[in-house]
Amino acid sequence: MSEPVSPAAHPLDEIPPRDHARPTDRLVSFAKRWLSAALSQGTAMPAIASLVIIAVFFQSQSQYFLSPGNLSNLAVQATLVAIIALGEIFVLLLGDIDLSLGSMAGASAALLGVMITNGHMPWLLAIFIMLAFGALLGSFQGWWIAWLGIPAFVVTLAGNMGFLGLQLYILGPNGTLGIFDPNIAALSGTELPVSVGWILAAIVGVAVVASTLVRYARGGVAVRSLSRPVVVGVLIVVAVAVFNASRGVPTPFLILIALLVVAWWVTMNTSPGRHLFAVGGNAEAARRAGVQVKRIRMAAFAVSGTLGAAGGLIAASYNGSAGTLTGGGTLLLEAIGAAVIGGTSLFGGRGSVWAALVGALIMSGVENGLDLMNSDQPVKYMVQGVIVLLAVSLDTILRRRQSRGRQLGAAIA
Amino acid sequence: MLNGAAGRRFLKRRPASPPPSEPPGGGEALRVVDVTKWYGSVQALDRVSMSVDVGEVVALVGDNGAGKSTLVDVIAGVLAPDSGEFYVRGERVAIRSTDDAALFGIRTVHQEHTLADNLDVVENLFLARELHRGVGPLRRLHFASMQQRTWAALSELGISTISDIRAPVEKMSGGQRQTVTVARATLQNYPIVVLDEPTAGLGVAEVQRVLQLILRLRAQGTAIVIVSQNIEEIFEVADRIVVLHLGKVGAVFRRADTTPEAVVGAVMGIA
Ligand SMILES: Nc1ncnc2c1ncn2[C@@H]1O[C@H](COP(=O)(O)OP(=O)(O)OP(=O)(O)O)[C@@H](O)[C@H]1O
Ligand SMILES: [Mg+2]
Repeated sequence: MSEPVSPAAHPLDEIPPRDHARPTDRLVSFAKRWLSAALSQGTAMPAIASLVIIAVFFQSQSQYFLSPGNLSNLAVQATLVAIIALGEIFVLLLGDIDLSLGSMAGASAALLGVMITNGHMPWLLAIFIMLAFGALLGSFQGWWIAWLGIPAFVVTLAGNMGFLGLQLYILGPNGTLGIFDPNIAALSGTELPVSVGWILAAIVGVAVVASTLVRYARGGVAVRSLSRPVVVGVLIVVAVAVFNASRGVPTPFLILIALLVVAWWVTMNTSPGRHLFAVGGNAEAARRAGVQVKRIRMAAFAVSGTLGAAGGLIAASYNGSAGTLTGGGTLLLEAIGAAVIGGTSLFGGRGSVWAALVGALIMSGVENGLDLMNSDQPVKYMVQGVIVLLAVSLDTILRRRQSRGRQLGAAIA
Repeated sequence: MLNGAAGRRFLKRRPASPPPSEPPGGGEALRVVDVTKWYGSVQALDRVSMSVDVGEVVALVGDNGAGKSTLVDVIAGVLAPDSGEFYVRGERVAIRSTDDAALFGIRTVHQEHTLADNLDVVENLFLARELHRGVGPLRRLHFASMQQRTWAALSELGISTISDIRAPVEKMSGGQRQTVTVARATLQNYPIVVLDEPTAGLGVAEVQRVLQLILRLRAQGTAIVIVSQNIEEIFEVADRIVVLHLGKVGAVFRRADTTPEAVVGAVMGIA
């Protein structure tokens, strides 16, 4: 039998039973309903809460943490992790993982170095080739995964080693290639003029408001969801104000936001984007409905490879060189951690591209804050580990409590 | 023989949605001949042949494990048969994928693996058959019109308990999910509709709605194959009844010339 669903689909709209419970009980029950509402809306509430806690804690330890100058630094630091995390999200949505993005970034940075420094190639052409290189390697991995059915974990683990070899091979015996092209340096080292920042904010703000009004007029959205554009608008204004109080909106951060907006649009408003979610949710149902599962999977790995290369570009630009360590270290794990902290499920089908931004801000925020406190590297790693564990556990526990048990089955199947 | 590519060309003249259903009495819509399917050493289908005419409802019955879903999967292009021939409107075709089936005008509602839990009702209904607007890189999903048609399809099935069609289907009851699944069959006017146990798990009123829907599609000239375990239900809608027994066609009845007892006997392999 079908079970009636009350018209108040939003838990916040439900009228709580009139009881004579103590105020604290009522508060707890309200908090619970709010949390489950937030979760069912698919927002990254635990992640945003962590962000607030990090801000409050580190500000209490160092007044400099929330200063415009440091926040600008933080945004630049977070960009590299966020771009790799964004690539990761495309495959995580399918329920796959890409362990090759670190050395993908390193190998493409090395290729960029060779093209610019040894080959004196025009910078735009070099960037294009570099991104195509990432797309090609990503598709290659995707082919093994989609058509031969080899687990992504294995293919990309092998890819990670292979691409590291490629990176070292391209770099040759010297190990490091300086990249002195001013245009490439500008990608990570410049800021928008203050006035341009404001004009951009105004244009985006007007566009957001206008598109919302249009959608509302068409009757496509509920009044309740009108709060989101307001929040977005306020965030844009605050961010631009903070950046402008320092040196202006950092170019790499702007690139990141542009990538996120495009990725968000594609994942939410196009067939291939929604098919990512469908395959991640139930691959067999998607196949039966007529989704081209193999093509979608291969395309997702092409995108993750391209974004890995884009990460390599930002890293090379930031360092002014491509070396054996570019893309190495904990970059890949930080990016996966960022995607997952931001609310992307490892089992596929759940998450948002914005997880890349929120998660990267958390990971880089902790690193930045601990730097300000003069903590050592060992402490930083341990704290980051704890944060990943706590954030993901919180997310998992809250989801499990509100699930009907089907999800778990679907995740296993 | 038409393969997928040829079918694509063939259908290009009628884009967006599949060809409109032909008027009743238009002859044979779908015929499968000598379909055989082995799962390892288990033979699920043994030279099964059957057909359905335009404006006809053919019921496929049989015990659990008789091979009904296997046949449905083969027709849907989900499963490749070991051998067998397919004819759509008299023309030999090759159904190698779900896309091929769709291009030849076959819409299937499966028994299992029907919905992506994390997607909402609208997205599930239109999965892989989305409506778009805009052109070039700005070509995007047309949620407003998909939403509208979803409401129409659901109200046709009399579902009033689904209030939020933009909520993930994982939060819905089994019957509501089943209704969403069945609603897929009605969306675009496919000339051939295959339903694998569409009424399983539905309440009494909902079952009647689904049966009425089948009769309405039939009146429009849709060729319908329905798998069901419920003999009563079958006698309400079917014109012909094909009994599968251990992967073989055991018997074929005209509803007008038979009794439920005879059909049950054939299902159990007695007759
Ligand atoms: N994926 C599979 N692998 C191996 N054997 C299978 C598979 N799917 C089905 N079979 C076998 O094929 C036979 C026919 O199964 P099928 O699902 O077609 O039966 P059915 O008539 O739809 O039954 P039900 O009434 O239970 O839905 C059964 O013996 C079953 O065990
Ligand atoms: Mg079956």
